[in-house]
Amino acid sequence: MIVDVDKCLHCGGCVGSCPQNAIFLNDFVLEFSDKCNKCGRCVRLCPVQALKLEGKA
Amino acid sequence: MKTINCDVVVVGAGPGGSMAAKFCAQGGLDTLLLEKKAEIGAPLRCAEGVSKKWLQEVGIEPDPVWIRADMKGAVIRSPKGYEFKLDESKAGSEVGYVLERHLFDKALARDAVAAGAKIMMRTSCTDVIRENGKLVGIKAKSMGEEIEIRAKVIVAADGFESQVGRWAGIDTSVKLNDLCSCLQYRMVNCEADMEYCEFEIGRFYAPGGYLWIFPKGNGVANVGIGVMGTMAKKGEAKYYLDKFIAEDPRFKNSQAVEVMGGFVSTCPGLDCAVDDNIILVGDAARIIDPITGGGICHACRTGMYAGKVITEAAKKGDFSKAALMPYEKMWRDRMEDKLYRNWMAKERLAELDDDTIDELVKLISGSDIKEVNVYNLLKVIKEKYPKVVEGFEDLI
Repeated sequence: MIVDVDKCLHCGGCVGSCPQNAIFLNDFVLEFSDKCNKCGRCVRLCPVQALKLEGKA
Repeated sequence: MKTINCDVVVVGAGPGGSMAAKFCAQGGLDTLLLEKKAEIGAPLRCAEGVSKKWLQEVGIEPDPVWIRADMKGAVIRSPKGYEFKLDESKAGSEVGYVLERHLFDKALARDAVAAGAKIMMRTSCTDVIRENGKLVGIKAKSMGEEIEIRAKVIVAADGFESQVGRWAGIDTSVKLNDLCSCLQYRMVNCEADMEYCEFEIGRFYAPGGYLWIFPKGNGVANVGIGVMGTMAKKGEAKYYLDKFIAEDPRFKNSQAVEVMGGFVSTCPGLDCAVDDNIILVGDAARIIDPITGGGICHACRTGMYAGKVITEAAKKGDFSKAALMPYEKMWRDRMEDKLYRNWMAKERLAELDDDTIDELVKLISGSDIKEVNVYNLLKVIKEKYPKVVEGFEDLI
């Protein structure tokens, strides 16, 4: 998962909506664990398009 | 590794966490309240609108320190521009204050401290600790230091992120149709009415959600949008919000001074918000009004219930699921019917096309509603459009 740190608002929306509980937000740092199965839900829901799957435009 | 022992550890110092901590501390329990951020109540993730009635119910005295604006009423606007304006005489429980959340949250934290709770700032929970299958505390990072906090009971008040519950084995995941992706700007120098909250509904404005203007006085307003998960395409929230602001003449000379994101769940709450040695409150328990997305009053109520139930449980030294179950009964007795009704209504309203939304707003603006709340609006809709409320008529 690629996080565009210039866009991310640290709102934690992706954290709470991740079905795998694979994302952790510590104030300003978004971390993805290896539980991420690249379902893309966070990419779809991020209100500012700060996330994208590796290898995808 | 440093270990701290306490009776109750509350994760998250939002309204739910602070209320839980306050009532636990009042009950004589050694209570530790954790906040992972550097400031309680900031950065903001909230539209800041609340109704008034519930404050008394949870023992919070309205304080001008955190009340930014007192609303005279509300306006609901449909895609074609039909308006339903609730003036002072009609405005009921759904109209109220616009808060300064960062001050409100700090005031509740202060109350928790006054009751005897301790707060640890910049302390994030990273996991729970189990011994022989039993929850005995949490792992945390406090100012960069790894620590263990041993507690008899954990209150998960970690908000929408709701990870503590999941680490403890409670499924807090939410279906896509019960998720709402939100974005909000703090607009300044705008010409929005400073005495009315405004809601624009319909797909034209916000697919599966709504767009809001909550004024804060002096030309300042929270202008935001929530878009339903199933209808959200990439960056949809921002697209619709920017479009609205660009096209509405009231924002012609206005600029944003703050941008904030945030999600809400719009389901009727978790199937069960307690387990052995743990209680989930507020957003973490997914207890949010599914229609309005409002969660502050639910967080305060559930926080209060949690504190009271834990205090009772402590008298017997029993923090098992069975001992904590009165919490589950309390929040369900108080809120379950309304949460379920509003969840059903949300599902139905999301299905309606914009022409029908226009008709509905026209219908309610011609009605003689004395007190405006979701219940009364649905009652009017039920008479003319029974299909909209099919399946949950008995709750109206």
